[in-house]
Amino acid sequence: MNPVIFYPQNPETMCLSIPGKIVFIDKEEKIARVSVGGSEVQAGLQLLDNVKVNDYVLVHSGFALQKISDKEAKETLELIRILEQSSAESDESLQTTKRSPI
Amino acid sequence: MKYVQEYRNKELAALLLKQIHAWKGPKVRFMEVCGGHTMVIQKYGIPGLLPSNVSLISGPGCPVCVTSLQYIDHAVALSRLENVILTTYGDLIRVPGSTSSLEREKARGADIRMVYSTLEALAVAKNNPDKKVVFLGIGFETTAPASAVALIRAREYNLRNFLLLSAHKMMPPAMEAIVDAEVKIDGYLAPGHVSTITGSNIFHDIPQKYKLPVVVSGFEPLDILQSIYMLLKQIETNDFKVEIQYKRAVKPQGNLKARSMLKEVFIERNDWWRGLGVLPDSGLGINDAYADWDAERSLHVVIETTKEPGGCICGEILKGLKKPSECPLYKKTCTPVNPIGTCMVSEEGACQAYYKYGAA
Repeated sequence: MNPVIFYPQNPETMCLSIPGKIVFIDKEEKIARVSVGGSEVQAGLQLLDNVKVNDYVLVHSGFALQKISDKEAKETLELIRILEQSSAESDESLQTTKRSPI
Repeated sequence: MKYVQEYRNKELAALLLKQIHAWKGPKVRFMEVCGGHTMVIQKYGIPGLLPSNVSLISGPGCPVCVTSLQYIDHAVALSRLENVILTTYGDLIRVPGSTSSLEREKARGADIRMVYSTLEALAVAKNNPDKKVVFLGIGFETTAPASAVALIRAREYNLRNFLLLSAHKMMPPAMEAIVDAEVKIDGYLAPGHVSTITGSNIFHDIPQKYKLPVVVSGFEPLDILQSIYMLLKQIETNDFKVEIQYKRAVKPQGNLKARSMLKEVFIERNDWWRGLGVLPDSGLGINDAYADWDAERSLHVVIETTKEPGGCICGEILKGLKKPSECPLYKKTCTPVNPIGTCMVSEEGACQAYYKYGAA
């Protein structure tokens, strides 16, 4: 229960969450070291089951809130890329587009 | 950084903006509820990229901003007690109370410590067995589980000197109150991080009851733009529902483990919000099983009479009725260095975000 913490950003901002990769898990204390853009933060794992090293998690006020789904992350970007094709096919406005890409 | 950089891609942003600019419908105004969204939107200059018939307005989702002065005054009174250590997230330290602030009390010698997590606050309690260690629990469903974990642990380890002063709040009642107050909005960019815990299902009533589109959004520029596009699509098709744009982190049912911990520790109660007043069942009090760890019940202090700062329009800003630039104090007597109202204190407050990133 004596976490050493490296702040990746302004520690005064409580509400921002950051995605990072778990690099180490202390199973007894249920605390992970999470790598965020080169620095490390500690995150309590009390709110999540079945997390392992190399998983990406969203860290918020010292806890991992949720695992990040790589599949969903890619699909979100794919939905935007599809817009290019649809707008190339027809230059119709948003109001009149028949086929919704989303 | 993975899951960050790719959502700042310029070409993809241009694709989304092209679609948004094709909007030929009536003027629409969407409310971003979360203070984190307000920051991102201002930081990346998103309002300036949108067409004149699509605009954004900030809502009540900055935890520090909606917290009552009475809570700050309560914390100030606790900090003056002998043998009390206050632990808090940094945001609260500079918030002016009626006549003092935690920063001022700290300068006068009160033992007030900034922590990054409730686990740190627990460690302070463990290392100071002869002191009462109070954690100031503010924030929405995103920070409330952290407080719940702390109380469950304190009970497990029989750590009797750790106490929580809860001002935790829940987002959906405030979102309904905004519409009930007849603030004119055409859709909600719903808070992404709150939703990682609550799930998107919690917003279900809003499209049903108010015929408003709701999209749970992530926090990078592409997330915001894609969410705006999805909101426009819902209006266009007249099909109002809750959609998740932030699918990489949000599930319809949320984080069940965190939700069950909230249920174990907290109980819904009426709570006061700056700008919105008292909203039924919008706050989280500590339930009887954890009464011994409740600072409200265990430590008795006299709280001074609340005095809101004159001229500050933070309440109207939180409600989406006014913009920071319409406040007579904004950029004049009220600045991030010398904040008068809570909307200027917090990084997530609309006033500070507008001030910092230069929006009019």
